[in-house]
Amino acid sequence: MPTKIEKDSITGTNTTGHEWDGLKELNTPLPKWWLYVFYATIAFSIVWMAIYPSLPVTGARGLSGWTARGAIGPALEAEKAAREPMLAKLRAATPAQIAADPEMRAFALAGGRIAFANNCAGCHGAGGQGAPGGFPSLADDDWLYGGSFDAIQHTIRHGVRNGESDEARGVAMPRFQADGLLKAEQVADTAEYVLSLTGRATDAAAAQRGGQVFAENCVSCHGEKGEGNRDMGAPRLNDQVWLYGGDKASLMRSIGWSRAGVMPSWGGRLDPATVNMLTVYVHALGGGE
Amino acid sequence: MFRFLRDHGIIERNLILMGVLTLLTVSIGGLVQIVPLFTIETTIERVEGIRPYTPLELAGRDIYVREGCYTCHSQMVRPFRDEAERYGHYSLAAESMYDHPFQWGSKRSGPDLARLGGKYSDDWHAAHLRSPRSVVPESIMPPYAFLDRPLDTEAVQAKLRAMRVLGVPYTDTMIANARADLEAQAKPDGDVSARYGKARAAAFDGNPGVVTEMDALVAYLQMLGTLVQFRDVTPEQVRQQ
Repeated sequence: MPTKIEKDSITGTNTTGHEWDGLKELNTPLPKWWLYVFYATIAFSIVWMAIYPSLPVTGARGLSGWTARGAIGPALEAEKAAREPMLAKLRAATPAQIAADPEMRAFALAGGRIAFANNCAGCHGAGGQGAPGGFPSLADDDWLYGGSFDAIQHTIRHGVRNGESDEARGVAMPRFQADGLLKAEQVADTAEYVLSLTGRATDAAAAQRGGQVFAENCVSCHGEKGEGNRDMGAPRLNDQVWLYGGDKASLMRSIGWSRAGVMPSWGGRLDPATVNMLTVYVHALGGGE
Repeated sequence: MFRFLRDHGIIERNLILMGVLTLLTVSIGGLVQIVPLFTIETTIERVEGIRPYTPLELAGRDIYVREGCYTCHSQMVRPFRDEAERYGHYSLAAESMYDHPFQWGSKRSGPDLARLGGKYSDDWHAAHLRSPRSVVPESIMPPYAFLDRPLDTEAVQAKLRAMRVLGVPYTDTMIANARADLEAQAKPDGDVSARYGKARAAAFDGNPGVVTEMDALVAYLQMLGTLVQFRDVTPEQVRQQ
């Protein structure tokens, strides 16, 4: 309870009137500029609330009629209009034509880089380097389904074993051990033979037995020398690039239980121009044919 | 001017006046939260394709909540151009109408997940959850390898019933078949289309033998944002009346 308001002799300001053990408190007023800015913000907020959607009395819209959903349409339209001339050209051209035209190529590489980072980098890595466990590198010249413009475009458009597109890539490899087509020791022998294709076999006799199994079961897709088959997406087995690991245990797992990587189809998600830009970008990552 | 601001002493000395004014202030706060709920009928867009979660997805959603995924991932594509360009069509109220509670989130240490479904393969999700940096070296997400443990399906029917109390239209048949549907969806040759439309069945974690928490979470992540076919949606349908 204020009891004795008095003027402080040094500052010339009134005290609050409280006193605690001889201590008194100055009742310094807030600076005028601060106070009026504060009042102005209150007034501003009331005007703002009326103009923008916030008060129930103005409906869901506010006096200006502005909505976030109403605003995004024109924003997207304006952006589209700015890009459309170039995108129309990219849509009409084939990836090979785009790559041959310096202006279109520059645009496609820039746009493809963004689209790749947004959609592809999760699996294929920020630089297209891939990741162990079935996420292929796009930056080398080892292609499962081909590295030409058309092949890359088809793979992006339809994906791999996704059940979304009828033209999706990929054939299912049999699960040789899981489905009882081969015995465990035959799988081990075959793995030894596959190792021998890159000169890494440690058991010549097993590799020889495995060669027999390989000839009967694997050559139809992977080729007689393990050179692979792009029509099937059967990987090359006589090089050092391994999608699921090239050690014996990984090979036995691959032979016995098969592998079936999945890639979504992007034809339905992305604009055809974006698919073309991605094609040119991926082709330029290092291994384009 | 504003003399009354200096006379708050009057309020502080009068208990009844203070009580009345406190009640008034609190009720304004309450009204701000409650009144918008009266407009819910006009807020939810009339789009097709929204269905309740399958039992497996619902279990996955519970794991999503349990692990606090929402603390780093939002599920809300806001109606801004930059977000629409990165993630796709902005989120609709209808898309979270069966979410109790919704998972819109408010923080993005990781990317928004509202349109995640179908963007990556099941294998990728399993590998990424087990060890995020094995596929995304720059990721700061913690590993969730322990999700490869059997899913506790004890309460699956009770969960569906609880959701029904909250207004999700689960039918008696859905509840009666909850466990069967849950197990069917985690098998590559399973089929839950009888009750859950286009919901996809798969061995989401790569192992068809056991229904794991990984199965449930990946099933949930793979359906996020996939229910509405925005290609067929007209501007009239997404207008909030």
